[in-house]
This record gives sequence, structure tokens and C-alpha cells, in this order.
Amino acid sequence: MVSPILELTDINKSFGHVHANKNINLKINKGTIHGIIGENGAGKSTLMSIVFGLYQANSGSIKINGKEINLRSPRDSIINGIGMVHQHFMLVENFTVLENIILGFEGETVFGEKLQKAKEDLEKLCQTYNFNIDLDATISDLSVGFRQRVEILKSLYRGAEILILDEPTGVLTPQEVDELFKILRSLKDEGKTIVLITHKLIEIMDLTSEVSVMRQGEMVGHTKTEDTSKEQLAEMMVGRSVLLRVDKKEIKKGETIFKVNNLSVKDDLDVTRVKDVNLEICSGEILGIAGVTGNGQTELLEALSGIRKVESGSIELFGEKISDQNNFLNPRMLKEKGLAHVPEDRQRMGLISDFKAHENLIFGYHDQEPYSKSAILNNKEITEYSNKVMQEYDVRPNSPNLITSNFSGGNQQKIILSRELNENPKILLVGQPTRGVDIGAIEFIHQRLIDMRDKGAAILLASVELDEILSLSDRIIVMFDGKIVGEKENKNVTDRELGLLMAGVA
Amino acid sequence: MEFLSDIASLINSTLRISTPLVFAAMAGIFAERSGVIDFSLEGKMLMAAFVAAVGSYYLGNPWLGLLLAIIVCVCLSMLHGFASVTHKGDQVVSCVAINILIIGLTTALAAAWFGQAGLTPTLNEDQRFLEIHLPFADALRDIPIIGTLYSDILSGHYVFVYLAYLSVPIVFWIVFKTSFGLRLRAVGENPSAVDTAGINVYAMRYKALAVNGVLIAFAGAHLSTAVNANFFREMSAGRGYLALAAMIFGKWHPKTALIACLLFGFTDALQIRLQGVELPAIGEIPVQLIQALPYILTVVLLAGFVGKAIAPNAIGQPYIKER
Repeated sequence: MVSPILELTDINKSFGHVHANKNINLKINKGTIHGIIGENGAGKSTLMSIVFGLYQANSGSIKINGKEINLRSPRDSIINGIGMVHQHFMLVENFTVLENIILGFEGETVFGEKLQKAKEDLEKLCQTYNFNIDLDATISDLSVGFRQRVEILKSLYRGAEILILDEPTGVLTPQEVDELFKILRSLKDEGKTIVLITHKLIEIMDLTSEVSVMRQGEMVGHTKTEDTSKEQLAEMMVGRSVLLRVDKKEIKKGETIFKVNNLSVKDDLDVTRVKDVNLEICSGEILGIAGVTGNGQTELLEALSGIRKVESGSIELFGEKISDQNNFLNPRMLKEKGLAHVPEDRQRMGLISDFKAHENLIFGYHDQEPYSKSAILNNKEITEYSNKVMQEYDVRPNSPNLITSNFSGGNQQKIILSRELNENPKILLVGQPTRGVDIGAIEFIHQRLIDMRDKGAAILLASVELDEILSLSDRIIVMFDGKIVGEKENKNVTDRELGLLMAGVA
Repeated sequence: MEFLSDIASLINSTLRISTPLVFAAMAGIFAERSGVIDFSLEGKMLMAAFVAAVGSYYLGNPWLGLLLAIIVCVCLSMLHGFASVTHKGDQVVSCVAINILIIGLTTALAAAWFGQAGLTPTLNEDQRFLEIHLPFADALRDIPIIGTLYSDILSGHYVFVYLAYLSVPIVFWIVFKTSFGLRLRAVGENPSAVDTAGINVYAMRYKALAVNGVLIAFAGAHLSTAVNANFFREMSAGRGYLALAAMIFGKWHPKTALIACLLFGFTDALQIRLQGVELPAIGEIPVQLIQALPYILTVVLLAGFVGKAIAPNAIGQPYIKER
């Protein structure tokens, strides 16, 4: 019998009225990689932030190596050998790697001897784990993958025996994920304990030996990874059985309806973010855009949907030029031509969070019949329509008068989707349709997109989730540094191939 | 020779006039590097001038007056911290409140204690700081260049002038060569990183504000117990704001902030000398225009002549730990 290195008993934590953690019990064994899986908002990060001393539990006890400890701040946790790599890196961007790592553990008032010693120790650590990090590099010059290594190095330098990683792969390319997993395995072999928080089932199956599942603030199960399957875990996460694969009919490709010629677009800081992009989309086809965040996908979608000015090049819809650098149609005119847009950032662009659900459901069409007549809103019609459509799209709770920000991410996305799909658009631009959306809703949203495709719409799908691109698209293009660096029919393409393109290597 | 002595006296007054700006800019660096906006430099400088003058008058010793001013300014900084760090209020609003409070408070207290609105009694020689004449200043005066440099420029200043320029390398050293400085800069850039390193973000910001209070007290005491021998209404005259501008113009860095302060001090010194001077071809320049010179310079410089000033990343944002 292995004794647990970390043991949580009856942990409770509330934020105002939200009970984020309810009576959580968890045992983590020394020298294992332990996965904690759950949907967004299931309380995984909160729980681990309690273990890291960032939040204080309302009740419950934490034992490390059988000894009960009181964690009042991250300092207590660090001293007790707990390290955490947060989802958003806790690094000062204009500091060097060295400065970031010693911060809080300088060991001397005036820099001198100890700083030299820290540098030597860190160089040794880097060598041991093959990290290849320049300690004098400034963080802002490092890639995301390297920044993550700095975070891991920071924890190790501070003496972590238990290393918690919160959604570590969200921002990485597949190759970077491979590297990370290699590091984590070698840490495990050294006898360190790893806690991996994720919502990606495949990572759990790949890496962990034990897994705990959380749902709505509760711990709903523990199991050995070898005794379970993806399907079983998904069911535990959602509370009902889910379809993990998308069923897609053979493509019935129509004529080209949307064409982009030599498009270049600048961002707000006057930096060219889209460089000379050409693409075509046919009706009945889903074109997926893969790429690491920030490689021009956002600006491309904004330009195509009429939100951002075109710097050069042109956009054609049904053979008619709709935008170039001199004149471009605004989103409303584009809408009338049959273009719909589900924006990447739903909080900022897709919805007005403080509005009621029924207002967001018709927003943009609110001045048309039957929702209004002679500039006066017809509340009866709107409510009737809202009730109907919310049922159809399974928006929960089904209450049109609820303020939109009170819905979960997935349900907010369904509200947008219902609005945009309702007019049967000929071309649909979709950005990150399932970011922060729970598995159950992902399944639903994917099915709706496929339905639209089968009805003959042309769909442009930008997503940083490679799995999503691979399971939905008929054709895939990869963006890197604003350019299209690859185009593939979605037949026998692997995520590794795309990963190389995404990293700008191939 | 007259030209040389003109230059010497111009530099001499530049050093003197820049002194409160330098203290205030250094004070501002501590607050803002920690992520707390300090618009209240102006108000605190005014309060320090008042307290130092009153303290020296009653206690008979300008050093005790300075000590009182330090205590009061640290308290004001703590008040700013209480509103904007602990209670996460808007930092600019908190500063404006302090500034308005102090304009009224100093005037009212002066009226209540001394019967004159906004004036304190004149301090005698024991109650104020006097100019320090460096050893051999008179003997060396006649040596060309070096004599002028030593006797007319370096010698004959109030103690605050020396302290101000001494404070710059010390501030630089603290901010960039000590662990306190590392934490100070980190807390203004990414407080979450500091929190997860096991350092109390709020405590760090309070410490920074305490240093800020000490430094700004020197600026105020310089005005009322050194260059002047009493406090008068609104005697800080916008120097706090000017120092803030110098600090931003100096990109929150002690060395460049010093240069900015000297530049402002120089235009002010020049302004005084130019008044009433007839320039060839142009004639006499209106006094108002000359007086406006330092402010015009501020606007021009800040409007983009010095490149983009990048503020500490987390400035102005209260740190909220739990969502």
C-alpha cells in the first residue's frame, strides 16, 4: 500500500453564492501522474488553487505526507513542496528568466553571492532536465512553450515535490505537447508527483495512471486510468452518455461562392496580421483554419465579416466583389447578402452580456418583422419566438427573461448560434465555436454546423482546437504568421502533420 | 566673464528649482512602480510644506518640522493605500480627493491657528534651513572654471538640494539592485506572479507607498523651511503634477526622470531670467508666455517627442485575488 503524498478531506469553497467545491475528498499517491478531469467551471482550478494556498478553503483539511498543514498563502505551499503551473503563466514579461525564478526567494537583501549561486543551481537543473533555457532571456522574447518550461523550472527550483499543472496544453502545438509530456514523464521517473488538470480526455489516457473526475463542484469518481475509457470518463464528466465522434455524411460540394484574393489586413497597432491570403469556399463545404492563437486568424475573420478594414486585396461573394481597400460592406450589409458570423470572442462581440436572453436572440434582426412594427418592438412575438428557439437549441435554463451573463458559456454560444443560423445563411464564418463550452454542448454545436453544411451552406471554421478542425472540416488550411502555410484535404491528415505547419517548421 | 557667471547662476538656480521635482519624481517612481497611480504628489507636497512650517515654528527646529512632515505624508500615503489598495477604489479619484482636501485643510488650519488665511508666521534663522557653504568656497572662487564650478554652482545650497541628487542613485540602487526592488517592479507589472511567489501584494504596495510618503515630505519641507521662510497658500504651485510628468517622461526610471526634472527646472530658471529681457529683433517677450514655458515644454514632450512611455503593466488596477 502506497501512502498518499497529498490528501484532501471534505474541502468546501464558496465564492458568494457559487459553491465551487463541495465536500471534496482526494488522495494523490507519491510518484504518480494523477489526472483531474472535468468540464469548464467544474471546480478543478479552484480546488488546486486551494492546494497551492492561493485561495483558502471554507472548511476541510489538507495533509501532506500524512501531516496536516495549514496553507494560508502560496508561500506555505511552496515551503511544503507544492508547485503550480497556472493556465495563465505567472511571469513578469519584462523580467529575465532568472529574475522571474528567484522572485520571492532571493535569499538576500542586496543582490550578490546568492544570485550567482542561484544561477549556477539553475544551470544545473536545466542540464538535468534538458531544458535549454537562456536564464538571461527576457520572458516577452520567449515562445509559449518556453515560458511554460520557465514555470516548471521555477517550481523545481523552489523545491516542488508535487507539481500541479492547470490545463497546460491549451496553448501548445502538438509537438510542444509531446515535449511537455516527455518532461512530465521524466519528472515522474525522478519520483516527483504530478497533478494534471485538464478537460481533454486524450491527455488523461496518454499520461496519467490515476484519474479523478469532477462535475459541478463535486468529485464524482476516482479510478485507475487503465480501468476506464474515454467514453466512460466523458459520461462521468457530463452526467450522461455523449457522442465523442461527429457523424458526417460524404461531402456534396457545390460551386464556389466565397472567394478571397490576396487579402492583407492590419491590426489596431498597424501591424500587418494577415498577409496575402487567398482562399475559396464552396457551398456544402466546411473549410477549417488551423493555427496557434495570434497568427492572424482573428484579423482574417474580422475582415471577412466586415468589422475590420481591408488593407489590400479583395473579397468576392457569388462572384460579386464585396470588399477591397477602398470600399467595404459593413456587417449589416453583409448579413443581407447572406453572410452570418459567430465571433471568436462571444463576450465582447457576440452578445451584450447585460441584456436579457430574448434581446440577444433577436439582436440584429430586431428591426424586422415580426419582431417589430413601425419601430416598436413586438414583445409578444419576441417572447414566443424566444421560447420556441430556446427549446429547439436546448438552451438551459429555458428562460428568455434571464440576463445573458447568467447562462453558462455553452448556452451563451447556443444563443448566438441560433440567432446566426436562423436566417439560413449562405456563408457562415465561425471562430472558436466551442471555446469554454462543455462537452455536452460541443456535441450539439458540432451537429448544428454539420447540418448547415449538409443544407448547402459554405462554412469557414477557425479554431485552435485541432481535434475540432480535424473532425469537422472537409478541407484544412493552416495559418502561421499571417500567411497560409499549408492546405490539405481532410483525408488521412494527422495532427502531427498539421502541428509542424502550425509551428512554421514545415 | 560676465557670461560665465550668468551661466553659473543659471545652473545654480536650475539645481535649486529642480529639487522638489526630483524628490516628488522619486516618490512617484516608488508608488507607480508598485502599480499605484500617485496623482496626490501635489497635495502631499503642499501638506508637507504646511506641516514642516508649522512644526518648525512651534518646535523651534526645522529637522523636527521635517520629521512631522514625513509622519503626516506617510499617513496620507496610507490613506491613499487604504482607499485604493485595501478597498480597491479608483486610484485617480482617491488622489483627487486627497489633493482637494489638502488645499482646503491647509488654508483653514492656517486661518484657525494664525488668524491669516493660508499663511503661517515667518520662521527665524533657527527655525529654518540655511544655505550650506562648502569648505574653502570663498578661497577657491577665483580659480577659473573649477572655482566657479565649486563655489558658485556646487556650494551655497540648502541641504535638500544635496539630498535630492543623492536620492537618485540610492533609488536606482534600491529599485534595480535589491530584492525589495525586484518585488516592487514585479508587483507593478504582474501582481499575480508576485502573489503566487508567496509575497503579499497588498503589503508590498503599502511599503512602496510608505517610501513614497517619506520622499515627498522632503519636497514640501524644502519649499516652506528652506527656500521660503513660511507657508503660503497653494505654494506647491503644480510642482507635484510637473514631477509626475517628469517621471512619465523619464519612463518610470530614476536616471531619466532626473534628467526630465532638470530640464523642467532649467526652463523655469530660464523663464525667471528672461523676464523683462529685450531680445534683439523680437523685443520684450510677454511675461505670461515666458512663465508658461515649462508647461508648454511638458505638453510638447509628452505629446510624443520622447517616444512611447510604457507604464508598468498593472498600474491603476486594484489587485483582486478571488474572482
